[in-house]
Amino acid sequence: MSAARSVLSLSKILQPWTGLKGSTVSVMRPVMCTRREKSSYTPPPAKYGGRHTVTLIPGDGIGPELLNHAQELFRFCCVPVDFEVVNVDSSLTSEDEINNAVTAIRRNGVALKGNIETNHNLPPSHKSRNNLLRTSLDLYANVMHCQTLPGVQTRHKDIDIIIIRENTEGEYSSLEHENVPGVVESLKIITRVNSLRIAEYAFRQAREKGRRRVTAVHKANIMKLGDGLFLQCCKEVAAGYPDITFDNMIVDNTTMQLVSKPQQFDVMVMPNLYGNVVSNVCAGLVGGPGLVPGANYGKDYAVFETATRNTGKSIANKNIANPTATLLASCLMLDHLGLHDYASMIRKAILRTLSETRLHTADLGGQGTTSEVVQSIMKEVQKGGPLTSEKI
Amino acid sequence: MASSRALLSLSRPLQTVWSGRLGSTVKVFGAVVPSRREKSAYTGQSIPPPARYGGRHTVTLIPGDGIGPELLNHVRELFRFSCVPVDFEVVNVNSSLTNEDDINNAITAIRRNGVALKGNIETNHTLPPSHKSRNNLLRTSLDLYANVMHCQSLPGVQTRHKNIDIIIIRENTEGEYSSLEHESVPGVVESLKIITRNNSLRIADYAFRLAREKGRRRVTAVHKANIMKLADGLFLQCCKEVASGYPDVAFDSMIVDNTTMQLVSKPHQFDVMVMPNLYGNVVSNVCAGLVGGPGLVPGANYGRDYAVFETATRNTGKSIAGRNIANPTAMLLASCLMLDHLKLHDYATMIRNAIHTTMNETQLHTADIGGQGTTSEVVQSIMRHIQSGGPLTTEL
Repeated sequence: MSAARSVLSLSKILQPWTGLKGSTVSVMRPVMCTRREKSSYTPPPAKYGGRHTVTLIPGDGIGPELLNHAQELFRFCCVPVDFEVVNVDSSLTSEDEINNAVTAIRRNGVALKGNIETNHNLPPSHKSRNNLLRTSLDLYANVMHCQTLPGVQTRHKDIDIIIIRENTEGEYSSLEHENVPGVVESLKIITRVNSLRIAEYAFRQAREKGRRRVTAVHKANIMKLGDGLFLQCCKEVAAGYPDITFDNMIVDNTTMQLVSKPQQFDVMVMPNLYGNVVSNVCAGLVGGPGLVPGANYGKDYAVFETATRNTGKSIANKNIANPTATLLASCLMLDHLGLHDYASMIRKAILRTLSETRLHTADLGGQGTTSEVVQSIMKEVQKGGPLTSEKI
Repeated sequence: MASSRALLSLSRPLQTVWSGRLGSTVKVFGAVVPSRREKSAYTGQSIPPPARYGGRHTVTLIPGDGIGPELLNHVRELFRFSCVPVDFEVVNVNSSLTNEDDINNAITAIRRNGVALKGNIETNHTLPPSHKSRNNLLRTSLDLYANVMHCQSLPGVQTRHKNIDIIIIRENTEGEYSSLEHESVPGVVESLKIITRNNSLRIADYAFRLAREKGRRRVTAVHKANIMKLADGLFLQCCKEVASGYPDVAFDSMIVDNTTMQLVSKPHQFDVMVMPNLYGNVVSNVCAGLVGGPGLVPGANYGRDYAVFETATRNTGKSIAGRNIANPTAMLLASCLMLDHLKLHDYATMIRNAIHTTMNETQLHTADIGGQGTTSEVVQSIMRHIQSGGPLTTEL
């Protein structure tokens, strides 16, 4: 609460300047005032000579090896993207490394990352690096498109759900305190501004992709003010999109319906924690954490990673991890950069490997290794056309 | 926060004055209503005597809304038919009223009788936030700290996963359900999630004791301590402390997102799970979905002195109310749990066997599990199986 109060008092001081600034200063994010101001300045794309520069954060666990494969694949397909690798060491307590990463992403605008591990044993002042990155860059929307992929055996068929999750506030505010020994209060923050923003994003995405229905997931019967505000903001935004149906569902009923009849869901929008749980349930339904890519969008920046943000420490460096999620995330990145041809080429190759060659890694019940799968994808890309380099 | 500070300030004078006389410490963080019978008062252990006279128990019945009333009518019918020595004291709670008299009457009745069977009371979203959830009020006033849900696959019900057997123990009084919210700045709402050491130790102890009693091998704590380091960190730490006192039971922990993903792909790896309130809500609903839906699983809320039984997923079922299509299994199994609690094990086993026979052999299913039967047909079938099982019934 004291952090929220200090930011609030800062905003009171800054408000007399609103005439000078283009738009109002938003109060509740941990803005680092020395950095480039976000509100009125859209950075130019990091593109020179037709080649884009993208920040790459390897992270921990299976991150480094899978991102190496992504780089290898890009080099093979002659994708005009150069990677600026920024390492973040999760065991250090100083925040310099993550600040460097954030600066690099601000410079380049786009990033591809692996998950950075959060050590439970360090004191609570050591914040989650991934969370710091998301809040500093104000990547307010986490979008996960769950589709059953052909060729993967699952209990449920024909799932096609887009999950839009608020990415910066909610239960992940990291504001906790222990006023009385043995009693911990954890603050869950819901703001009108962020709720309107994420609802607006959800409806815009639904319209762009031709989706019919948006479902808001909440627990407003218990958290009347918090989730009540979120639900109200969604309803207000829904009024402005009459072509899209809007309904809402309580999170416990949602998870139960997801497990029995997931085909009823189309687009779902929700606050942070429910988003975490629901996206993991959906990832489990379509085949596991190795298959689904995730994207974090902000007003100016975009960061791509696997949807379920697993570190995968137990399978690191054993060549058994599933590269599909990371590679599909890199395709999302190529789409974001406007390189749609390369994106569809790689995506087709990945899907053909999954469905035709049936080369599956251990998590899908197969025998293949990570490198075998990547080699197979490269072969499919080569079969598709001339645009590749020599070595295979 | 204000209410917890008020209670805290109340406890300090109580502790100094009565600590010599009180058998155990005054509970600070449960929503104790001081005018009611003191739990830990003058004689030290004031556990109410069972409401039993002439061999017949009295149990409070709260019909609730939606499908509650009709299903509880079926329960009463079945009990009368099976000559179960239980009398029901019906207490109606009207969910549309804003004053709390109805629910307070219900709470008094449960304090009097010690055991209750209830349907879910609807919480209207459109009423102002000062109108608290009636179910939540009931749980916190009676300090029913443990919600136990035993998810078992019924062999006759078609599900994607077979042979699931998971016990979920969920902290029932604090966590995200503290109903403490405020809007300090317009447009910014802060919702408080309270985790206390006392309650976490208590629920962990309950979980391990239950695991030991039922011969279970492993307890998994579900948390999100990588993000909520202090809160879920405290919960996890309490679980670890209690685990060290039960070396025969293995203990591990899992983050809630990974847990839900594993539940959907490989639910057989879980044995007993213990968790705070909100994760318990989500995980129990996922498990209910896995074993066949909300109509099949009973739930129990245990406190130190009271026990309240209901369906595990606490659905009101407004859309199917009054149409004779609701699945009575969950409510009937909940009434069997109640009979077990009252130590009427023979009756409990008799009814439970009849329910299983109906589900598995006769395969008479209601619409939610893909069948054609109506509620009354299922209940009639259960009654027939009880009659064919032995002499102890009235005329059909």
